[in-house]
Amino acid sequence: MLHFVVVGILVIVTAILAYFGVNILWPLPLAASAQAAPIDWMWNLQMIAISFLFALIVVPMLYSLIVFKRKKGDASEGEHIEGNTRLEITWTILPLIVVLIFAYLGAGTLADTRRVDPNAMVVKVTGFQWGWKFDYPEYGISSNELYLPVNQQVLLKMESRDVIHSFWVPEFRVKQDLVPGRVTELRITPTIPGDIYKVRCAELCGTSHAFMENPVIVVDDAGFSAWVAEQQALAAGAAQTPEGRGQALSVANGCAACHSIDGSGGIGPTWFRLAGSEVQLVGGATITADDAFLAESIKEPQAKIVAGFESQQMPAYGFTDEQIADIIAYIKTLR
Amino acid sequence: MKRKYTLGSGFLFLLIAGVVGYGIGLGLDLLATGRPHFSAPVPSAFTILFAFTAFFFGIYGYRGITRGLVFQIAGTLAGGFLITGIRLLMGLQAFGGFFFTEPAWVLGGIVGAVSFLFGVGVMSDWVKWARGIDTPEFHEDEPGWEKYLGVSLDHKVIGIQYTVTALFLISVGGLFALIFRTELAASGLQFLVKDMSLFGQNGPQLYNTLMSLHGMIMIVSILLGISGIINYVVPLLVGAHDMAFPRMNAFAYWIAVPAAVLLLMSLVLGGFDTGWTGYPPLSAKAPVGMQMFFLGVFVAGWSSILGALNVIATVIRMRAKGMTAMRMPILVWASVATSIIALTATQLIGLSFQLVMFQRLLGMGFFDPAKGGNPVLFQHLFWFYSHPAVYVFVLPGLGVISELLPVFARKPLFGYRWVAMSSLGIALVGFVVWAHHMFTSGMNEYLRVPFMYSTLLVAVPTGVKFFSWVATLWKGKISTETPMLFVIGAIFVFLLGGLTGPPNATVSTDLHLHDTYFIVGHFHDTIFGGFVFPFFAAIYYWYPKATGRRMSEFWGKVHFWLMTPSFLILTFGMMRIGLLGMRRRIADYDPALGFDFTHLILTICGFAIALSVLVFIINFFRSIKHGEKAEGNVWNSRSPEWQVPSPMPAHNYEQPFEVVGEPYDYGLPGTKYVEFAPAKSGRH
Repeated sequence: MLHFVVVGILVIVTAILAYFGVNILWPLPLAASAQAAPIDWMWNLQMIAISFLFALIVVPMLYSLIVFKRKKGDASEGEHIEGNTRLEITWTILPLIVVLIFAYLGAGTLADTRRVDPNAMVVKVTGFQWGWKFDYPEYGISSNELYLPVNQQVLLKMESRDVIHSFWVPEFRVKQDLVPGRVTELRITPTIPGDIYKVRCAELCGTSHAFMENPVIVVDDAGFSAWVAEQQALAAGAAQTPEGRGQALSVANGCAACHSIDGSGGIGPTWFRLAGSEVQLVGGATITADDAFLAESIKEPQAKIVAGFESQQMPAYGFTDEQIADIIAYIKTLR
Repeated sequence: MKRKYTLGSGFLFLLIAGVVGYGIGLGLDLLATGRPHFSAPVPSAFTILFAFTAFFFGIYGYRGITRGLVFQIAGTLAGGFLITGIRLLMGLQAFGGFFFTEPAWVLGGIVGAVSFLFGVGVMSDWVKWARGIDTPEFHEDEPGWEKYLGVSLDHKVIGIQYTVTALFLISVGGLFALIFRTELAASGLQFLVKDMSLFGQNGPQLYNTLMSLHGMIMIVSILLGISGIINYVVPLLVGAHDMAFPRMNAFAYWIAVPAAVLLLMSLVLGGFDTGWTGYPPLSAKAPVGMQMFFLGVFVAGWSSILGALNVIATVIRMRAKGMTAMRMPILVWASVATSIIALTATQLIGLSFQLVMFQRLLGMGFFDPAKGGNPVLFQHLFWFYSHPAVYVFVLPGLGVISELLPVFARKPLFGYRWVAMSSLGIALVGFVVWAHHMFTSGMNEYLRVPFMYSTLLVAVPTGVKFFSWVATLWKGKISTETPMLFVIGAIFVFLLGGLTGPPNATVSTDLHLHDTYFIVGHFHDTIFGGFVFPFFAAIYYWYPKATGRRMSEFWGKVHFWLMTPSFLILTFGMMRIGLLGMRRRIADYDPALGFDFTHLILTICGFAIALSVLVFIINFFRSIKHGEKAEGNVWNSRSPEWQVPSPMPAHNYEQPFEVVGEPYDYGLPGTKYVEFAPAKSGRH
């Protein structure tokens, strides 16, 4: 009987210590969305249960290992206990009830994260290898940065251009895959303004999956209106010049995911000081990166491959000749 | 005069053939592309295949595995050139970036694998029967180590073949893990950089290939490892002279060898960047290595299915007199439960990969939305096997825990029937939980809730096992030799894996945890607790039975005390950064997340685990000759295999035994589990 009392006390003490330990060892990131609250509540409840169950198994196990350890030279056997049906039924039924309760609560918290605000702002999200594009149909602007007004629900309508991607901002908690050929949805209500967030692709999507991260910026209403106005003005101005239209096309198609504009390395050749430079091709030949070469490289990426970039094929984009001329005009400004 | 084969001649041949293979590969590549690529896929593939084959030639001669590998190389080339010839005649492109075109590699891979089976000789008896020639029921093996490199029908030899192959693959998979773990030690790309090129891949691509292959090679090694234990132990436990179908047993082992070769070829043939899950559309676009991966898994699946069939037939048909269902050793129950899953679910992973293979080769748009296909359908098919597969991996290990605990606690297994039935319960519930891998996949969102309920139900039979194990230890007389240490470690680590499961099974919390390092830490806990620790426990425990010697206790304890803490820190750390935003399967991470220090610790722990496994492997091979002699009932067990001298005779028990009591009645004086028939006089 003494054994049970000691173990019982130790289980309770260990469970409490384990719960504090878990909170130190496994902190959650900042909770910055309305959807994070029910998820964090559920997580905390699970950690309480886990700490208790951990203690319930580990304490009697370690206790047995110490107290019932065979002494040197002792050849006797343990006590002959074959089992106890009542005990077995207890530790089948009780966990069953607990599990059903947790599943019920899990469904409830899931429903909380799916709560619909009919006035939610729609943002169209496009994922591609390897970047993100955000269209704001209400304002007619698109961006590679996701600007969100604080405390307002946003409905993300998400599409993928190539393979499966997954939208995840750790501080917002919720996650949803982007599946080619269909539109998936996610609702987020950001609660804390800031520019520390990033949307990080959570589903393996190929070579540069690790780098498929774009900034997410949460601003107050005034800040959001200012950003929208600024973007609309920029877009209107840019549409007047070829290099402006080229830059817009580059943003919309995520060219910078592979071709850097500042000379840093990437999956494809950098655009910085590219126009007019001497380029070494696979096979040893060199060629001047004139308009004809750049146009061909956009239209038929496999026609001439720059040395050092053999292992990754660029997809075809189907631009018109005018669009290609605009993009080349933009590339020429990068020096 | 008989030639003397040594490791020295093996390495000599390895070196020579490696150079020759590199030359041939470089020459062929030059012919096909017109330029020499020194680190390109084709020379690398030839180097590895030639060197590997020549090594076995050096230590073993032209027979058994060497002949199989030669046949596989010849078959691969023959199949490849057949398609290349047909393409030439049809006016299609004959050669691709990897010398052969993709269809040529696929047919080459298939012909190569089948050729291996003929070459190694595992089909010989069947071919003879088809031609009307009788063969003897048993083939006597030569004494010594050489029987392990050729076809043997003895379940004990096959069990050891499985186990050693599993250890080899665990080392390969572990090596891959060390490579990418080192890359992750700090943020930023260190040596797998974007402008490097090896096997036709740049750094991040090679990272993805190594990470993907780590997963699948470890899975195959686990399947081989459990087959090793089951093959060696189950016939002994039930009192059979061999498995029910000895030739099929040998076939099931040998088909896994060309499968492993195919998997490793995927590394050099451009790799693949999809993870072991191979989700389309990504897998429909990956390089030709993807096809080698699909083929390798497809072929390995045969091993699993046929092995499972054999186990079920053996247990049903060949039990000793008196061994009723409720008097079977608990490991036999676990083996049956695992075999039921492997026999009925493995087809689905083969099928799902085969569909992608056809999509790539024949343009059938099963998972291509542009052709009306559905990428999410693949995930359903894939996980319908791949979730139950997890229980294939862990049930035998949980069986080993239940089998060994009573021996070292000197007490009956608490609630034998409940433990036996919980294995079946886990196996059956395991079939209806697959979609919990897909909570964020875009499948019907209401379906997520029933799958959450079914998944959480798995906790109930698993809980029964834990409670029964603890109750078995309670008031025992516990001794802690190396096998018992690993059993305790297994319970502890599997408990952590089990407890971190429900947050992933609960949809709301899984929305945050899915595809993060939390999952990575969680499943490494379940696999180490459910397979790796019990696997080591089983090897330390049954090693004397196979060799007549014990492995070193000292080095066994070094292995345990080095591996366990390192592993715990590794998975706790993984789960910590996973919660904070570390995604799975990424070659690099944002330095702003501040994970550098944790990753450095994780890398150090990874190397410590590798070191501990190295200690184990040295101990394993050294003890064959130098271990302490142990020919009797080393662990004072009631189990039949320990009632006869070690090592086990070729056809197991000289006299049949009858079951006369309960398997685990430790502490009940005057009882026995089995009684052997008296020896017949005049028998040699």
